[in-house]
Amino acid sequence: MILDGKCPTGPIETSWDRHRFNMKLVNPANKRKFKIIMVGTGLAGGAGAASLGELGYSVHAFCYQDSARRAHSIAAQGGINAAKNYPNDGDSIYRLFYDTIKGGDFRAREADVWRLAQVSNNIIDQCVAQGVPFARDYAGYLDNRSFGGAQVSRTFYARGQTGQQLLLGAYSALSRQVKAGTVVMHPRTEMLDLVVVDGVARGITVRNLVTGEIESHWGDAVVLATGGYVNVFYLSTNAMGCSVTAAWKAAKKGAFFANPCYTQIHPTCIPQHGEHQSKLTLMSESLRNDGRCWVPKKKEDCEKNPNDIPEADRDYYLERKYPSFGNLAPRDIASRAAKEQCDDDRGVGPGKRGVYLDYASAIGRVGEDKIRERYGNLFEMYEKITDENAYKVPMRIYPAPHYSMGGLWVDYNCMSNVPGLFVLGEANFSVHGANRLGASALMQGLADGYFVIPYTIANYLATVTPGKIKEDHPEFKKSREDVTKQADKLLSINGKKTVSELHRELGKVMWENVGMARSEKSLKEALQRIPELREEFWKNVKVTGTGPEFNQQLENAGRLADFLEFAEVMTRDALHRNESCGGHFRTEFQTEDGEAMRDDENYCYVGAWEFKGVDKEPELHKEPLKFENVKLAVRSYK
Amino acid sequence: MNLTLYVWRQKSPKDKGKMEQYEAKNVSPDQSFLEMLDEVNEDLIKTGRDPIAFDHDCREGICGMCSQVINGQPHGPQDKTTVCQLHMRQFKDGDKIFIEPWRARAFPLVKDLVVDRAALDIIIQAGGYTSCHTGGVADGNALPIGKDAADYAMDAAECIGCGACVASCPNSSAMLFTGAKVSQLAVLPQGEVEAARRVQDMTNAALASGFGNCTNHYECEAACPKGISVSFIAKLNREFLKSLAK
Repeated sequence: MILDGKCPTGPIETSWDRHRFNMKLVNPANKRKFKIIMVGTGLAGGAGAASLGELGYSVHAFCYQDSARRAHSIAAQGGINAAKNYPNDGDSIYRLFYDTIKGGDFRAREADVWRLAQVSNNIIDQCVAQGVPFARDYAGYLDNRSFGGAQVSRTFYARGQTGQQLLLGAYSALSRQVKAGTVVMHPRTEMLDLVVVDGVARGITVRNLVTGEIESHWGDAVVLATGGYVNVFYLSTNAMGCSVTAAWKAAKKGAFFANPCYTQIHPTCIPQHGEHQSKLTLMSESLRNDGRCWVPKKKEDCEKNPNDIPEADRDYYLERKYPSFGNLAPRDIASRAAKEQCDDDRGVGPGKRGVYLDYASAIGRVGEDKIRERYGNLFEMYEKITDENAYKVPMRIYPAPHYSMGGLWVDYNCMSNVPGLFVLGEANFSVHGANRLGASALMQGLADGYFVIPYTIANYLATVTPGKIKEDHPEFKKSREDVTKQADKLLSINGKKTVSELHRELGKVMWENVGMARSEKSLKEALQRIPELREEFWKNVKVTGTGPEFNQQLENAGRLADFLEFAEVMTRDALHRNESCGGHFRTEFQTEDGEAMRDDENYCYVGAWEFKGVDKEPELHKEPLKFENVKLAVRSYK
Repeated sequence: MNLTLYVWRQKSPKDKGKMEQYEAKNVSPDQSFLEMLDEVNEDLIKTGRDPIAFDHDCREGICGMCSQVINGQPHGPQDKTTVCQLHMRQFKDGDKIFIEPWRARAFPLVKDLVVDRAALDIIIQAGGYTSCHTGGVADGNALPIGKDAADYAMDAAECIGCGACVASCPNSSAMLFTGAKVSQLAVLPQGEVEAARRVQDMTNAALASGFGNCTNHYECEAACPKGISVSFIAKLNREFLKSLAK
């Protein structure tokens, strides 16, 4: 099937404005009759639930954490982009649009990206009005910093905790609506099924994580803002509870999963230190503003104290390979470059999987105090984890799974192919193409939540009768039975391996074969291993306790069960895409100097997969990508 | 290193809990405290016993989910560090470690080390926001805010809402938590408009939820993983007095 994103045609500069006018509205007096289910309360979900509640809809919001304020958006450090051009350095909506399309290696939809760039400016205004304490200069005006993949300073920040401050802004707006009674919060509640009746999304089935009770909630529309899936690699920068479950349950009910092979491996993370490790910690990309990446030129220097290695024996590989962007090369490029150095046996630290990020020259230039002011909390965090003082010795960093550009397929209105099912933020696929630029995730989450879904959902709701199907419908009953059955099955296996042992094994298979570099051989290897692991899981996992109680092992087992199915689609997508683009790097498709080689003739499309059953091949649907405003070109940062 | 753990186990709010002893063997100093507990749990699962329930999520010290009292100190012995960022190099071979949940009337226990902190959400719902609508606000640079005020607001806004301040306070007071939010918004022109009503509503919500009052022990600041200063409690009191005059 050829998919249609239903993007507005005509001049792109006015596309969103024209589209907004053409969409249907819901009468203010009728809004409260519509019930909207919002799953996830991060930047997209929190902002969306707050804005929809404020408009007068009856919103029910769900999150697995104990409070909406804890969603993993909170961990974003560096900043949020906007085309304000406050520094007068040549920024514009067009430039942000262009950088994002190019940064995504020409695999995103133009119209969606234009809208994102356009509303980026509203986001900053909104957050300031909420009392988000963005960094300011001595004149009292908003300060900006630079980020990878851009040659202008357009990133707004709040120390090293921008995600936290933006999330707390959205959470405060959400709290205001909870108080007003327009939003009902359901914390410690996990979505375990999407209920679809006659092809239309009608509600969800959830598990109350405190009591273990399985309940259903009807809704005239269901909105998923449930984040990304890189915990499929086990070790990642995501929170422990992040999973593909909500999105995958929707996929199993007919929603197409788009570009699952586009995963972002973030270049600046603290290297792994041992087998017992449970997660990886990100150090903000903003560190590359002042830090310089290097490895020893000579293999024999790798064990030496880095401060004893003379300047002439250091290879500042990013500055060497990409002189115009240098240490601010985009994430996919910086990550691969780090891997290359380590593959060349010049990595440093335990296991020699690490490169230096050095502040000595920045400290020499602006002084230690200035560096402390800019990155103090990151240096502290680094010291807590590694016991090393990065003001004195260079940091060690290594790439780690961080973000998923792929996600559920949505049209321009953020609606999936299942009518009534909307998908926001990281959970959808729409704007980042094959690689996301730094400080763009916060931008997308808030854009979707504050400024897109409040308009586009009305266009859908205006066509439906509110409250037509409720929890007494047989499909809801069946959904509750299916969810209960799966929990009972997991608890009855009583095998020999724990959930985390099996998750670790899946992670290893995915990292080695479907990670930073992929080949036909490695992908085929993964396609063999994943079903074997899935089979082992369903025969040999051990989950203690019972269903109707607080049971964290049962939660984890359910999430891993979904990863074990999803991993296969992700691998298949990587195998079918015979090109390299952005975060998807196939070793067979590279230029002589190791850069990604795109194949626009054959792969300039969104690959959206339709679930056909476990152990069955999914069906591929394509949405061709047209570039009318940015010329398809080789993406160069040299 | 090898450690002996004494952990609070309580199956549900109705059960009577007790401390139980576990051995943590071959612990690496580079492990985080939670990774050490993960391994203890792996052993418990394999021997068919119920693993220790504890809250955690981001494991990078920012989400505020993790919440354990370690040897009598919320978040353990290291200054300005959440449990998830506490590493085992802070302990030595043979140590006995006592692990308990947050204890406060406003935080009912859920299971083992997990408590219900919904009362903190209720305080924010009472007024921890500016009542601006989505859209239709002024340009971000329309209103310059002095760097000092912006920095002060940011110092207050660093609160992660973990509740260690409450757990450490002999009165189970949430005044550091409340004071931080009240101060952040009171010092910014965007929040000043509603400052009087906000401080009243948030304080009342805290008292109604069962939190106590501040009697200047300063345990909260010492326990706070983000080093939120008790001066925000002074600011809270000042704002409260000011609001009475309005």
